[in-house]
Amino acid sequence: MEVAFYLSGLVAVLATLGVITNTNPVHALLYLIVSLIAVAIVFFALGAPFAGALEIIVYAGAIMVLFVFVVMMLNLGESVVAQEKAWLTPKAWLGPSVLAAVLLLTLIATLWLGDIGKVIQGDTLTAKEVGTTLFGPWLLIVELAAMLLLAALVTASHVGRVSPPEKPAMNQETGARKEHS
Amino acid sequence: MSGVPMEHGLVLAAMLFALGLAGLMFRRNMVFILMSLEIMLNSAGLAFIVGGTAWGQPEGQAMFLLVITLAAAEASVGLALLLQLNNRFKTLDTDAASRMRG
Repeated sequence: MEVAFYLSGLVAVLATLGVITNTNPVHALLYLIVSLIAVAIVFFALGAPFAGALEIIVYAGAIMVLFVFVVMMLNLGESVVAQEKAWLTPKAWLGPSVLAAVLLLTLIATLWLGDIGKVIQGDTLTAKEVGTTLFGPWLLIVELAAMLLLAALVTASHVGRVSPPEKPAMNQETGARKEHS
Repeated sequence: MSGVPMEHGLVLAAMLFALGLAGLMFRRNMVFILMSLEIMLNSAGLAFIVGGTAWGQPEGQAMFLLVITLAAAEASVGLALLLQLNNRFKTLDTDAASRMRG
């Protein structure tokens, strides 16, 4: 269990580095999928198999497929890679990286100085216990999550609509009027 | 050696969060910005799981379920905005949409 935790944690950090430094969007997406699957293995190693399965099905499955479809629709070519290479100068990434590193050092120092002393033994918490929690005392939060998903569905279908291309001036006008009414 | 100290799990979550934050700050392409947001949400979920398993309580996994719900909602709305940005400005540069004008 410990070996699985440390190895997959290392893979997750390296793959995430690959995501944020890559210039090709498709390669970055594939690195992100590797990172998510490594985090899922961390969950399995810690004894949370339900969360690990959900991570693979929902994150690495559904959300990443959504990203892949959108990148396919955008039809990004070599020009995007060249543009990313032009943007990724040391002047652009040095400042944010230093800030993030200082934040990380502060977090690690706080954890180091704090006296937690807990050790995760890896005892499995099954889906049954999670389901009992969710549909017992947390029922209201499940309903709120459902409403959040509904709101996201309505928002995405409204924002993502494609206006017809002919007569762009007229279309903008009617679109503006529709938003006012 | 038996078991993983809780600090190590939290340090892993902090490292992933810092990497996502750095990517969010120094990228200008909106696809990469959305991916960095996913990384940060995922590391927050990892911290919940670490806390839940350290105390042996299922609430950590229940909270992770809500984090995943939020991530799915955020990704769908963000990708719809990305498509609109690409339709209107023919670019993925977020600086192109910095003016509040149509």
